[in-house]
Amino acid sequence: MSLFATGSQTVGPYLHIGLDWLNTRDIAGKGIAGERVAVQGQLIDGNGNGVNDGLIEIWQANAAGKYAHPDDAQKKPLEKGWRGFGRIPTDAKGGFRFTTIKPGRVPAPGGGLQAPHLVVSVFMRGMLKQLATRLYFPDEPAANADDPVLKLVPAARRATLIPKKKGKALEWNIVLQGKNETVFLDHF
Amino acid sequence: MPSRQSSRTLNSKTPRKAYRKFHPGTQPAYNYPPYASTQKRCPTQPLVIAPQTLSEITGPVFGWDDVKPTDHDLTRQHKGDPIGERIVVTGRVLEENGKPVANTLVEVWQANAAGRYPHRTDQHNAPIDPNFSGAGRTCTDAEGRYRFVTIRPGEYPWRNHYNAWRPAHIHFSLFGRAFLTRMVTQMYFPGDPLLPYDPMFTCIENEAARNRMVSVFDWESTIPEQALGYRFDIVLRGPEETPMEKMP
Repeated sequence: MSLFATGSQTVGPYLHIGLDWLNTRDIAGKGIAGERVAVQGQLIDGNGNGVNDGLIEIWQANAAGKYAHPDDAQKKPLEKGWRGFGRIPTDAKGGFRFTTIKPGRVPAPGGGLQAPHLVVSVFMRGMLKQLATRLYFPDEPAANADDPVLKLVPAARRATLIPKKKGKALEWNIVLQGKNETVFLDHF
Repeated sequence: MPSRQSSRTLNSKTPRKAYRKFHPGTQPAYNYPPYASTQKRCPTQPLVIAPQTLSEITGPVFGWDDVKPTDHDLTRQHKGDPIGERIVVTGRVLEENGKPVANTLVEVWQANAAGRYPHRTDQHNAPIDPNFSGAGRTCTDAEGRYRFVTIRPGEYPWRNHYNAWRPAHIHFSLFGRAFLTRMVTQMYFPGDPLLPYDPMFTCIENEAARNRMVSVFDWESTIPEQALGYRFDIVLRGPEETPMEKMP
């Protein structure tokens, strides 16, 4: 059987009414192994303004490089209580922040390993379908250089997927348009 | 009526390795000028085509443990009854191959009967209903069925163009099995005269996919002397089929 998929629609300006119950400050709770990281940044529109009616969702593996999902058949440890999902709303200035653990490396298609990364969905009023992107880690230059997805990104734009270290936190802006436009991905 | 199940489980025992490309015209463009706000909120560079890796064919698993038994009834969240026409919204969550998506989280939010959201940025001059918050959630059962009880939302004006009104709608958020199946959509009501004027509705080119966003009156889920029933089936991105499965 072949059905046409339902069309995607915007979350609209009142997304928080329905979605805030799953908001996440810390993706990795107590007892979860791994190097803790804090990520902060701003979601910025084509006028250079912060998007105050948006959210991002994070999906990630644990520190061993294992996803809490039945289609990940790797024999690696998975802590009880690990889900690997985060939903982070933007504030009045478009800012967002969350803490998590740095994920381990997961397999790449056709063999080898991907660099540690978070997969990210971006939702907001004025966007009819979510955008997909990835966050990589600045202290992984060798793994990043060999990552099968990052290698597909034009070299001049790769930096948009790698946060900058700012104090103890990683600073990562998601820029919709313009000179530093973030790379968005189409996993067709 | 969908029944609660104890654990977070996904229905298919067959591992999924890849998801289909969407059929042309079933999904909106990022830049759709009739919806004015898209123009400063869409990428201007082409998306980078990337493979589907383990990171995208997996995704967060939610289940009945994550929702309370009463979360599906938006008319029972306050002391009094909300104003408006009570309705039941039921349907199935399916993949493009027609198979049900079991035990998947369904989140909804909507305006009240007067077309007002209880949100600090909603300045529409219509009353707030102290007995209606407008948010609900539930999970699908083994057959992909879900059920909400709510009130019919009102239409409301917005400033996209002169004399612009949103048709009555309920926002739906779905996860499906993978990062790649994540979907946020809106459910509309049959016969709504505002639909052809609404850029959210018209942004879907494919007529069958566009009309899939319109619920149908459902006598069978209508509760006598209590609430009208509407059926709204949702189709998420489906798995890529192997050559064996494609053979007749």
